Amino acid sequence: MITVTNLALLAFMAITAWAIARTRNLFVATMLAGIYSLLTATVFVLLDAVDVAFTEAAVGAGITTVLFLGALLLTDRQAKPHKNRLGHRLGTYGSMLLVALLGAALVYTTLDPLMPHFGDPGAPAQGRLAPEFLADSVRQVGREKPTATHIPNVVTTTLASYRGFDTLGEVVVIFTAGVGVLMLLGGGAVRRRPGPRKGKETTGGESTSGESKSGGAGA
Amino acid sequence: MWETFLGLYNYWIVILLMMAGFYIVMSRHNLVKKLIGLNIFQSAVFLFYISVGKVKGATAPIVEPGISSYSNPLPHVLILTAIVVGVATVSLGLALVVRLKEAYGTIEEDEINEMDAAD
Repeated sequence: MITVTNLALLAFMAITAWAIARTRNLFVATMLAGIYSLLTATVFVLLDAVDVAFTEAAVGAGITTVLFLGALLLTDRQAKPHKNRLGHRLGTYGSMLLVALLGAALVYTTLDPLMPHFGDPGAPAQGRLAPEFLADSVRQVGREKPTATHIPNVVTTTLASYRGFDTLGEVVVIFTAGVGVLMLLGGGAVRRRPGPRKGKETTGGESTSGESKSGGAGA
Repeated sequence: MWETFLGLYNYWIVILLMMAGFYIVMSRHNLVKKLIGLNIFQSAVFLFYISVGKVKGATAPIVEPGISSYSNPLPHVLILTAIVVGVATVSLGLALVVRLKEAYGTIEEDEINEMDAAD
C-alpha cells in the first residue's frame, strides 16, 4: 500500500514539475509550485520524515508561496514569449539535450550493483552515526525518571544536542539574507510598479528607491 | 526486474525532478520562473536525502516502547536546516528580481541583456 502511494505521489510531482515548465502564467506557476511543495511534504510523511514534512508544508508550501506572490505583485504576472524565435528554439533543444544526457548519466550510475536499493537496512548511510543517536535517545527515554533530555523525538534530540552548530549557521544565513533583502529593497519604502527606465541617470549606482519611484510615477 | 524498479524508482524520480528544475533554470528567460526551477531542483535533493534515510519496515524516529526499528534520523536533521536556508536564498533572489524590475522595467533575461548591449 505504502509502495503504491509512494509511486503515485512521486508521479504526481513529476507531472506538476512538467506543468510548471509549460505554463507562461507566473501566478499559475506559483500555485503549482505550492502544490508541488505540499506533495513533497506528503512524500516526506510516507518516508518517515515527519519533522521535515511539517517544515516543508509550513515553509515550502506556505512562506515560499507568499514570497513569490509578493514578488509577482511588484513585477509581472505573465512571462513574455521570446522575441528571438530561432534563439529560443536553439536554447530549448540545447538545454533539453544537455538535461537528457545528464539525466541518463545519473540513471546509469544508479544501476551500479553497489547502489543500495531504496529502504535497504544494510545501506552504508544506515551505519555509523545514526544507530548511535537512536540508541542514545532510546536509552534516555527508557529511564524510569525522565531527565532533562527526555525527548522521544530523535530528530529533535539530534538537532539540539549534537548539531547545534548547524542551527547557528542557519541563523547566520537567514540574518544575512534578511540584511541583503533590506539593502536591496530599502525597508519600509512604499513601492510602486515602475515603468521602463528613462535613461542612464536613473540607473546609476547612486539610484535610490526614491528616484526609481519617481521614475515609475512619470511613466 | 520488478525488484530493481521498485528499489531504484525513488532515485529515478529524484533525477527526473532535478533535471526538470535544471531545464527550467536553463531554458526559461523569465527570472521568477528560473527561481521556481531552482526550488524544484532543491527539493529534489531534499527528496534524495530522505529517500536514502528510509529503512523498509521501520517507523518514524520517535521513540516508542515496543518498537525497535526506526528510519535514519540524521538526513532529517540535515534537511530540516536546508529547507529553511532554501527559503532564505529564494527570498534574496526574489528581492534581486524586484530590484531588476525597477532598474530595467522587465524581468525577462533576454530583454535585460538587450538593454545592456544597447548601452
